[in-house]
Amino acid sequence: MPRQLISLTINGREREVAVEPHWTLLETVREALDLTGSKEGCGTGDCGACTMSVDGRIVTSCLMLAPQVNGRQVTTIEGLQSNGSLDPVQQAFIDTGGLQCGYCIPGMIVAARNLIDDNPSPTLDQIREGLAGNLCRCTGYTKIYEAVELAAERIRGGA
Amino acid sequence: MRTFEYKAPETIDEAVSLLKEAGGSARPLAGGTDLVVQMKERATRFPYPATIVSLDRVSELRGVDFSETDGLRIGAGATMTDVATHPAVRERYAALAEGAGVVGSLQTMNMATIGGNVCNAAPSADTVPPLLVYDAKAVIVGPNGRRTLPIAEFFRGPGETALESDELLAELRLPVPATGTGAAYQRNTPRKQMDIAVVGVAVALTLSGDAIEHARVALGAVAPTPLRAMSAEAALQGQPASEETFAKAAEAAAQDSTPITDIRASADYRRHLVKVMTARLLAEAANRAKGTA
Repeated sequence: MPRQLISLTINGREREVAVEPHWTLLETVREALDLTGSKEGCGTGDCGACTMSVDGRIVTSCLMLAPQVNGRQVTTIEGLQSNGSLDPVQQAFIDTGGLQCGYCIPGMIVAARNLIDDNPSPTLDQIREGLAGNLCRCTGYTKIYEAVELAAERIRGGA
Repeated sequence: MRTFEYKAPETIDEAVSLLKEAGGSARPLAGGTDLVVQMKERATRFPYPATIVSLDRVSELRGVDFSETDGLRIGAGATMTDVATHPAVRERYAALAEGAGVVGSLQTMNMATIGGNVCNAAPSADTVPPLLVYDAKAVIVGPNGRRTLPIAEFFRGPGETALESDELLAELRLPVPATGTGAAYQRNTPRKQMDIAVVGVAVALTLSGDAIEHARVALGAVAPTPLRAMSAEAALQGQPASEETFAKAAEAAAQDSTPITDIRASADYRRHLVKVMTARLLAEAANRAKGTA
């Protein structure tokens, strides 16, 4: 199949990329745009390791086809930092030790940032619900939820 | 994933022409949370598509609109998030908000569309029992124009619908529920989220004082298609809204179901769930009906 040119805004930068129609957004971002923060876990939309934000809504990028994001705004884990400083959510995961192997964390943090943007003071149940689409097989989630609570608190305080 | 030709029409008519030209070798793509998974796993119920007709640029398929005269119109391309968070859906069609609100994760709900949930035709589809109790109609567009089908006649079997290969589900139309109507949807799953219904039950009751004027009971995951529990509805019609009536109707609903035993549950357990859940939901719907009257 011939490649087709799509243009998208990725982490605030406009890019053009030649894709094959069956490439997923995840493959395109990792292989063609060299942004390898987002991970493929299951490839079937269950684990959330590939979570990205498209036009402000989080999606599992392993199930989105590259041509579907033509003209859209995509944010990945690499897009959260600003001017070399980590996002407060990233910093909170470091400070609480909210990770072990780390494979799920890029998707987890993108989903957590989205959750806090929608609800600056999430309860523990709301955090659990908001992150239900992001599986972690190491931590048992306790430290992850602590990280999200800490991040929310810091963001409310103006971090 | 094996490759395919990709088309992104901007109108329904253009999409239908592309499907017709392809003569059965094309599939429409909505949110992709079912179709892309099936294609990756080579588990489609149809030959692997040579052409994908993506519907994401078709603005006519979007939107959720409510009016007191025409009721609810849901574009087939409305996402689960669009449906579950829409103020009129939450207020007037609570069972549908509940069904759309439990489909997968937030990520899934942001991608999956109500049209996709209906057209994938899983017996467990969470939006379908609610659509059945609200007497939804499916508006279908094909090369020869539009046709309308009651949602109950849309399903033919697991993954099988009334759609021809060159037809699209364009929208769902739901009449305005009568004053004094209460409705609810619940499903049973071992996990709270990210699971598939073992049994899904939706009910709608319209009360006049304490008498049941109008009743609907619909079941998911207990037959080859989602279905209306007709003898349960008959057991409710005209009766007092009492625990005794609800118990009889719940028993009838269990008799109306024809579940199978599979990895999620045995047929007997599913029948038991239908009974327990139907009784509980009827009580809940009656409470909600009293709250609106």
